[in-house]
Amino acid sequence: MAKNPNRPLSPHLQVYRWSPQMAVSIFHRATGFVLATAGMMTLLWWLSAIGGGAESYATFVKYVVSAGTDGSGVQIASNWFFRLVALAVTFSFFQHLASGLRHLVLDIGAGYELKTNRTWASVAFVAAFFATAFVALFVASRFIGVL
Amino acid sequence: MDSRTNIGRVRGLGSAKHGGEHWLKQRLTAVGNVLLTTWFVLSLFMIPSFEYGALAQWLAQPLVAVPMILMIANIFSHVKLGLQVLIEDYVHDEGLKFASMTLLNFYVIASAVFGIFVVAKLAFTGAPA
Repeated sequence: MAKNPNRPLSPHLQVYRWSPQMAVSIFHRATGFVLATAGMMTLLWWLSAIGGGAESYATFVKYVVSAGTDGSGVQIASNWFFRLVALAVTFSFFQHLASGLRHLVLDIGAGYELKTNRTWASVAFVAAFFATAFVALFVASRFIGVL
Repeated sequence: MDSRTNIGRVRGLGSAKHGGEHWLKQRLTAVGNVLLTTWFVLSLFMIPSFEYGALAQWLAQPLVAVPMILMIANIFSHVKLGLQVLIEDYVHDEGLKFASMTLLNFYVIASAVFGIFVVAKLAFTGAPA
């Protein structure tokens, strides 16, 4: 069946005004994708590095956590890359958790009144932001020694 | 023209009766993930030391290895269901969709088996020195 590429399309994202309700929905998808790929691959690397013995864990630490004072350029660049990944994964975790809990409430048929729906969509973002900030500050002060 | 009744004509042409299963599994694994990842995050905060020996001993304990294995299995089931919807929504070419679904299944099953094996091996053979 040949498709006609010139047929008219229904209006998409660009014609709608952004609202917390639609943002929380697309963020749920995007953060789920981040967790499913970057999040789980890093977790499996961490677990297998522990399972692999002290030497393999040292390699993980050098590339992901901290290269130390004698780290190579590649390792230091890799550290910064994984700090960004960690921040993205942490935010994604809390965002996906908050909007996921919201979805479970919506699934039982509650929370569809316009104001309530809007409020809890915003709460999901605010909760994810503060939880991420808390974890980032905790890690920065305890493990990286930035604060 | 046939002499069947209206219901006889449409029977079997509708859904495969599995419509609710994917939806429900996604919710059930989501609830499981809430519990298991809460355990995981709290554990990360409570691990006494991130030095190698302490970490390996921590992971080798039954009360850590078992929830960790459950978490890996449950998360990857949820990943499979979630990414499947992404592919269904965004990949429109039939061949590409088939290839994407195949790769997704490979990714999810290989990753889950790898993770479970790593944790189980450590738990069964003890933390390496």
